[in-house]
Amino acid sequence: MSDKFIKNVLGRLVPTEVNGKSQIPYQGVGKYKPTGRKYAPLIASCADYPADGNKIVPTLKDALIKSGLRDGSVISTHHHFRNGDLIAVQIFDIAHELGFKDLVWVPSASFECQNSLIKYLEDGTIHHIEGSMNGSLGRFTSEGKMKGMGILRSHGGRYQAIQDGDVIIDIAVIAAPTADPFGNATGDRGPAACGLLGFALADSQYANKVIVATDNIVPFPCVPWQIHGNYVDYVVVVDQVGIPEKIVSGTTEITKSPDRLLLAEMTAQFCDETGIIHDGFSFQAGAGGTALSIGVYFADILRERGMKARFARGGSNKYLVNMLEEGLVDYILDGQTFDLEGVRSMRENEGHLNTSPFTSYNYHGKGNFASQVDVVILGATEVDLNFNANVVTHSDGVLLHGIGGWQNCLFSKCTILPIPLFRDRIPVIRDEVTTICGPGELIDVIVTERGIAINPLRTDLIEKLKYSNLPIKTIQQLKDEGEAICGIPEKPKFTDKAVAVVKWVDGTIIDTIWEIA
Amino acid sequence: MDTTVSIGNKGKGVRSDCSITLGLTGSSGIILQIESKVKSLFGKQIEQLARQVLAFYNIENANLLIEDSGALPFVMAARIEAAIRRLMATDKEFLLPMLPQNNYQTARDKNRFSRLYLPGNTPPLMINAGIHQPDGIILDLEDAVAPDKKYEASFVVRNALRNLDFYGAERMVRINQVPRGLEDLDFIVPHNVNLILIPKCENASQIDQVNERIEVLKTKHGISGNIWLMPIIESALGVIKSYEIATAAANVVAMAIGLEDYTADLGTKRTNEGNESFFARSQVVNACRAVGIQPIDSVFSDVGDMEGLKNNVLRSKSLGFDGMGCIHPRQIKVIHDNFAPETDEIEKAKKIVNAFIDANERGLGVVSLGTKMIDPPVVKRAQRTIDVAIKTGKLNQNWREIENVR
Repeated sequence: MSDKFIKNVLGRLVPTEVNGKSQIPYQGVGKYKPTGRKYAPLIASCADYPADGNKIVPTLKDALIKSGLRDGSVISTHHHFRNGDLIAVQIFDIAHELGFKDLVWVPSASFECQNSLIKYLEDGTIHHIEGSMNGSLGRFTSEGKMKGMGILRSHGGRYQAIQDGDVIIDIAVIAAPTADPFGNATGDRGPAACGLLGFALADSQYANKVIVATDNIVPFPCVPWQIHGNYVDYVVVVDQVGIPEKIVSGTTEITKSPDRLLLAEMTAQFCDETGIIHDGFSFQAGAGGTALSIGVYFADILRERGMKARFARGGSNKYLVNMLEEGLVDYILDGQTFDLEGVRSMRENEGHLNTSPFTSYNYHGKGNFASQVDVVILGATEVDLNFNANVVTHSDGVLLHGIGGWQNCLFSKCTILPIPLFRDRIPVIRDEVTTICGPGELIDVIVTERGIAINPLRTDLIEKLKYSNLPIKTIQQLKDEGEAICGIPEKPKFTDKAVAVVKWVDGTIIDTIWEIA
Repeated sequence: MDTTVSIGNKGKGVRSDCSITLGLTGSSGIILQIESKVKSLFGKQIEQLARQVLAFYNIENANLLIEDSGALPFVMAARIEAAIRRLMATDKEFLLPMLPQNNYQTARDKNRFSRLYLPGNTPPLMINAGIHQPDGIILDLEDAVAPDKKYEASFVVRNALRNLDFYGAERMVRINQVPRGLEDLDFIVPHNVNLILIPKCENASQIDQVNERIEVLKTKHGISGNIWLMPIIESALGVIKSYEIATAAANVVAMAIGLEDYTADLGTKRTNEGNESFFARSQVVNACRAVGIQPIDSVFSDVGDMEGLKNNVLRSKSLGFDGMGCIHPRQIKVIHDNFAPETDEIEKAKKIVNAFIDANERGLGVVSLGTKMIDPPVVKRAQRTIDVAIKTGKLNQNWREIENVR
């Protein structure tokens, strides 16, 4: 644990060293631009691989041993199966059985189904997690129980970190719904079909060793090959790679809550009145009942006007698929599929395209898709008077969520956060957020049921709504209104021990998560 | 009297509410136990409030358990007070300061397209009710509260009248059927209730009894504002007596019909088409129009069927009703949209209002449009059409500026 801390440009105290590696404090949006060459994977020679293309080994344990599993190995997994993942826990069961210690787990996201890994964090099998620490894993981290310091990265930040060598993956295990013995793999078919495998793309290209695990082996070639077998070292056939009914997790139905529907309606009206919704526009609305409902309102507006959107970025779901099939949107650029309709559409519709964090979010790409989106709808646990927002900790200071693609999406032309002014008794707008995950300059609009605050930097939006019936207020007014109802909450209490850091999209540290007192 | 009592709600799915278990003891001081999902943020404030209420009733020895699911202070105060008053004979009321924005009066002929029913013992449904902009919000002490919860509900309703922002909606309470409902008046009359709904009304005497108690309370508390009444007709006898009821008192400003109980009384089933209640509805409309008060229709109970609701509203409007009840916030917009003035009515009203303002600016005493003179009541009606059009989103509030800019 580092004793050295420095204040970054947002005034947040961040460590200069994490798990023995020196770190760079956040410097501002688009300020940090490393030079030199990208990290490169080890040179492989095809002479070392079976000429018949059959890379199948009997068990996952064999594959891990052959891949050189040892103390301190950095192992990556992916969340395509969401809460139905069966592979991550098996990997660490094996590592524990073999007596290895101080492993680093690099998941693209973690889910409740992986809570049993807490015992390996306690007994030293796993040293720390880089990626996301959700739910119980987050609480465990907040309580200061993880041996090393956790690192939170966005989906794009994960690609960036792999490309610039901030994280060097020893062994990537890619759980695949369908694969061939050569290692070509796809997510769009098979009993555990989950859509796409984009989160594993960087790992397949850069990890020292790559293992594909599948429960649906097909003869070469497996098409489409979302993951190229040419990157793969070993293939393992398991009984079950994921639990299909749990792959579709999270909220996949539009909300019935009148308060959330009001938020959705206000957001759609805002987008309409500001001209954001126009023929050929583009949008991204994530999962969650409110976001899904906004998509439905967008569809209503487009249908009524005889217009269509050029593209929608997914998280695809049945509502987005309906829009595609009705001709209200030309393309779905899909980053992950939230329901089985999304998976079906990806197989059947030419306009439903499979993307990855490389195309969508990567900081080290020559541009990416996210910044071209006209409007993105995101959530937040807290927002402050400078429009800085938090998605990882709650107001009580406990880490409970990962960043996902949230930070990367902030680069869209207009970022809107529809959030209730308070949850139960907890006000959402604060003097200062507990953890800054996104700087206020990138957050344009806060829509609450009691009023809409537009970032003063967006004078264009303010001007467009001069005559609007929408309840436009300042963020200070919204904060005061929330506190008048709830009272002013006490500040959470922390020790001076840093338990995790939040990386910005460029790899610098934007904020620190502290142990709760 | 009991020695321990439990008040309020807890458990899975309960939000913005709390459960209080209180036992009065002989010695050993106040033993306070707080279990709250917001404890790290509001623990101190919860404790402070609890101790404040106990001290107000001079309680020095008690076991108090608060199981909190994020209750707002006015809810928690109501719960603690109800628990105390279950155990102690006292008339003392623990009141938080009234929100200044709740001190408004409503006009006799205020627009009453929609009135949203909220169960009186379910705080989470109250908190955001006003932001959905119904014309009226009804805190219901009658059918929406279970018999054994009616006592504690009256404290929640009283505190809501004081400390819940109604965002300009008319502040209404449905009391229990007279005579039981007369006791409810003690909890609401001193706290600026705008309108009281009197359920299952069958004769003028019920109105008189309510008004007598209101007058006593007004004198006692030095209240001068108006308190309007809306009797609800829910039986065959009520329908027959509807004219008598409508004329019972000057503060009866509207009369509603409740069709669930009415159709049960007739021994028939309620249908969406409503043929079975055509006579009753027409009778209520006629009684109201004869007296010059607003006839208000029943609720539409299928909250998922917006098309059915729309048809119901259109039928209601064509029968002569001025509004109807609703039981879900999503119904409000449909009710407003379909009771709201049509586009040609709005256009005509705009011309009249513009002519009026123009005449005023030019110092003319007479308003005319083309060659026609316009009487003051016509201007007033046009202005009201404009107000309603703005409120229902059919017209921009800055319509004059926008149209003059062009």
